[in-house]
Amino acid sequence: MTLAMTVAAALTDRAGRVGLFLWSGWAGVAGLALFAALWQAGHEAYGAFILPSPLATLQAAADLAQEAESWRIAAQTALRAVEGFALAALVGTACGMAAGYSPAAMRLARPILTVLLGVPPIAWIVFAMIWFGSTDGMVIMVVLVAATPVIFVAAAEGVMTRDRGLDDMARAFGGGAWARFSSLGLRQVAAFLFPAFTVALGAAFKVAVMAELLANTGGIGGELAMARSNLDVARAMAWVLVAVAGLIAVEYGLVHPVRAEFERWRDAARPWGVKR
Amino acid sequence: MSEEALALHGIGHSYFGRMAVEGVDMALRAGETTALVGPSGCGKSTLAHIAAGVVEPSRGRVVRGYRRHAMVFQEPRLLPWAKAADNIAYPLRLAGGLSSSARRARAMEAAARAELEPADLAKYPAELSGGMRQRVAIARALAVEPDFVYFDEPFTALDAALKRRMQDLVIAAGRAAHFGALFITHDLMEAARLAHRVAVMDARGQGIAGERPVPGSPGERDDADLFRLAHFWLKDDPLFRHINDIDERRTA
Repeated sequence: MTLAMTVAAALTDRAGRVGLFLWSGWAGVAGLALFAALWQAGHEAYGAFILPSPLATLQAAADLAQEAESWRIAAQTALRAVEGFALAALVGTACGMAAGYSPAAMRLARPILTVLLGVPPIAWIVFAMIWFGSTDGMVIMVVLVAATPVIFVAAAEGVMTRDRGLDDMARAFGGGAWARFSSLGLRQVAAFLFPAFTVALGAAFKVAVMAELLANTGGIGGELAMARSNLDVARAMAWVLVAVAGLIAVEYGLVHPVRAEFERWRDAARPWGVKR
Repeated sequence: MSEEALALHGIGHSYFGRMAVEGVDMALRAGETTALVGPSGCGKSTLAHIAAGVVEPSRGRVVRGYRRHAMVFQEPRLLPWAKAADNIAYPLRLAGGLSSSARRARAMEAAARAELEPADLAKYPAELSGGMRQRVAIARALAVEPDFVYFDEPFTALDAALKRRMQDLVIAAGRAAHFGALFITHDLMEAARLAHRVAVMDARGQGIAGERPVPGSPGERDDADLFRLAHFWLKDDPLFRHINDIDERRTA
């Protein structure tokens, strides 16, 4: 096989996979259309004050998109959510993997996790408000607390369920501890981490908005609080739409393509004809 | 370098207080294949893992006279996320020191020696049959250009015809590369085909019970003679008396 043929084959393969990904978008659009139809029915039953129509909400969101100020507000929330998420990913992955490799650490971590998960999320907002005041740090801390456990559990699970046969194989071929960790351990944990990252990122956005609303620290949550006091349901829903759209953009623009790249072999394992 | 490729002195090992092997002394000559047979659960695999450095023995000493070893396991143990070619090159990546194109070239060479089709090298392990996966595992072992190879019951899970082809592959590779080998098996016919010598492990892991040379050299023997030899061992040689004693309830 010549180099040109190899490159051409790789390019067609890539184009095919991108095409499949885009094609799968139709199913998503169909689902959203169904949702919009139900929404419209609700609007017609209860009136515009309780439930503005989807089109009116879209219009309000489009109006928001015209204002430079709303971009700044959305960016503020997004930045807080992403900062909190990044910290959670760092802390959760490191601690989770440590716990996965060390059964003693796992035994110590489990009750701590149970206690932390038992604290109502709203309580964390109260603590964070006292500790940090109405700052970015307060929102980031609440996001960190909300998103870390999911990632911690996934990382620990990934390490504990790793294929030890592969570890032995690498050891038989003279692989040192670091080489085994970087070429086998990380790769196997990644398969568990990606779904957890998706969940945690979603939680990060939602929790960030909630913390902003309750602490009135600006951002999308702050706008929601304002819309509530003005009884402006259309504006509130428009802001929710913005938050959801941002989340979808991050998930399908970043998380899914990266995961697909990592999980190509799983696709190959499926019998022909039942892919996706 | 001494004539001995591998020497085991008083090897003993226990898993969680349960003794697996004890007092094993063994010497393997360079360039020679020794088959190690014994009933299931007598500690053959443990011994191979100790000799290969996968498991640290509780007692005793391993002296390795060879330059570099490789290992083929009972299961293929391939990285599911890597294509066949990358799996074959994996030990080279662990060893470091080779550019990725050099690794690729070595992997191709090893794949050719294991008679793998070039088209299969771009496939993931999940897309290959059981026999093909084991072929990839053999190619991976050959890729490091070893002068000693550990085989831990590599063909137990394959059917009879496939098993023979794999044995022929190992014999041919061994003759071409002149590597010594420790071949763990519980199939006497396999041991007789592949090895220069057959060592029998004590049924309870208490050392090596004894060993028998196999006349001729691997790949040049007549199958009928081998069959008679294996049959004789099983029927009339007291050394092999316990070879088929299997109590699966105690080998967990």
